[in-house]
Amino acid sequence: MSVRRLAKEQPASFAFSKATKAKADWWISKYPETRRASAVIPILWLVQKQEGWVSEPAIRAIGDLLGMPYIRVLEVATFYTMFQLEPVGTAALIQVCGTTPCMLRGAGDLMKVCEKKIGPKDTLSKDGKFTWQEVECLGACANAPMAQINDYYFEDLTPETIGQIIDDFAAGKAPQPGSRVGRNSSEPEGGALTLTDPKLYDGSAAQPIRKLPNSDPVPA
Amino acid sequence: MVGILEDKDRIFTNLYGLQDWTLEGAKKRGAWNATKDMLDLGRDWIITNVKNSGLRGRGGAGFSTGLKWSFMPKEVKDRPHYLVVNADESEPGTAKDREIMRHDPQLLIEGCLIASFAMQAHACYIYLRGEYVLERERMEAAVKQAYEAKLIGKNNVHGWDFDVYIHHGAGAYICGEETALLESLEGKKGQPRLKPPFPAGAGLYGCPTTVNNVESIAVVGTILRRGAGWFAGFGRPNNTGTKLMTISGHVNRPCNVEEAMSIPLKQLLEEHCGGVRGGWDNLKAVIPGGSSVPLITREMSETALMDFDSLREMRSGLGTAAVIVMDQSTDLVKAIARISYFYKHESCGQCTPCREGTGWMWRVLERMAVGEADPSEIDLLLDVAGQVEGHTICALGDAAAWPVQGLIRHFRHEIEERIANYRSRRANFAGHAIAAE
Repeated sequence: MSVRRLAKEQPASFAFSKATKAKADWWISKYPETRRASAVIPILWLVQKQEGWVSEPAIRAIGDLLGMPYIRVLEVATFYTMFQLEPVGTAALIQVCGTTPCMLRGAGDLMKVCEKKIGPKDTLSKDGKFTWQEVECLGACANAPMAQINDYYFEDLTPETIGQIIDDFAAGKAPQPGSRVGRNSSEPEGGALTLTDPKLYDGSAAQPIRKLPNSDPVPA
Repeated sequence: MVGILEDKDRIFTNLYGLQDWTLEGAKKRGAWNATKDMLDLGRDWIITNVKNSGLRGRGGAGFSTGLKWSFMPKEVKDRPHYLVVNADESEPGTAKDREIMRHDPQLLIEGCLIASFAMQAHACYIYLRGEYVLERERMEAAVKQAYEAKLIGKNNVHGWDFDVYIHHGAGAYICGEETALLESLEGKKGQPRLKPPFPAGAGLYGCPTTVNNVESIAVVGTILRRGAGWFAGFGRPNNTGTKLMTISGHVNRPCNVEEAMSIPLKQLLEEHCGGVRGGWDNLKAVIPGGSSVPLITREMSETALMDFDSLREMRSGLGTAAVIVMDQSTDLVKAIARISYFYKHESCGQCTPCREGTGWMWRVLERMAVGEADPSEIDLLLDVAGQVEGHTICALGDAAAWPVQGLIRHFRHEIEERIANYRSRRANFAGHAIAAE
């Protein structure tokens, strides 16, 4: 388990923005009317998108919106590690995957770069622009080492490329997510060795199927 | 040709996202072809054929998918039925469902319709892990396209009213456990439920529910289109079909690939991934099925087949077919200690053996990684791992114990050497009498 507590300094109030409220209502509509609580994780996420982090007044507001006791929302906010309970960097929240598959391919070196450029982990940088964290497996192991920055995945990183990405964010640019060694996704570096047969893509698979296999009536 | 499986037999023809992911592109590659005919043949036909294909759950446990579906109540009574798709892909080493969701989402949606029809569910929730933001956006867009084309929704062309909802979590590995996932979907902490009751009796909102992995659902349409016999023709008996495999770690070219089950591990690494970094002889160990399964040595990797039975015989497992390769440069004790940290971080805290045991094992392994331990602690560690294993509500306790047991089983001498080296440099070191602090 990880121990997570709310921030000591809390804002006085919280209000849903119009866009957040509309999105929250859309989420609530996905679940049966008596099960509004199901939307709590998506709405906590929306609130985090709006404010940058999850504050105590926001937790109360969500409890009121969903008809949940505050303690239940608080439980969820502290249980799930994607919820930032303290303010994070405004330019970039950098989450470097540190679990074994990434570790084997050099995640430790990426974290050294972050430490050098930003400061200690889990700490807001002095200028308030950056926070970096070590997180658990992000599920992009074929593109290790990688990091999630704000919402998207930056893959196949090296100390140089992550350094460049941090510099770009610091300069107000918006670096493109994805592989940094020219891969499209998780094909082997240098190009796919499979899925090269053009017949797969000539539309022949869309020809009507007259009779499905094994569809003869079973003799009684 | 590389590997065993030919291109014409691949289910995920847009695995790498080099083609069009939209509905139009997916249809051209064969998705949604003859789906209505499948439903017209009835739910028994669907379940029988899925059973006959030998498809075993692709999320790790390997339970027969068709059999699982048949556990749902035969008639809908007062409570609606649900299908829940487990897209909380978090097992370290595993990155396959992600490719389905961002590159071939229509295959998944089609599978959801077929599976839901077979189990008489009118609603399906797809639970994505929270970090998969791009994948979620893609799935939302794909679901929208399917609604607009009347493939799903009320009064759709298939004649079975059916809604798909995308839901997401927020960074908890434990929500990949099916009952924890249901708790999370209900808006609670992801703490696994005691079974029974099983989800087929009382699952989401207390209603009959089946939880399936993304890959298990996404292959169903193609299996029915091409025939159970076609799918069952790959791999060895009891281990049939094709499988997405993720290879990471110390290979020259890590990748995802769809291969036939029972492909030799060595062939998989050499042909698809350009071999082990520095050559086969530089291989030290392989974790063949995601971080939860025990590692195997190079000698075992020579003969291992990528299927349930072969790897079980080696006291490891296929899991999610996530192969983590480690060469001679790897500090294995450290690598496994990092996995132990993962389980310590992800334990939900509900059961004492897991909550306390995962942290305890991690702390001891961290000390062993530098050698600052007593040789007797190796047996103590095994003993504790054995006490965690099988004594918790869900399998996370087992998953935390197995990698540790695997390490000691095959590489005990490395830990012993390290302890001896540490001591020889410190003549007065007496070891730790008690490991827990």
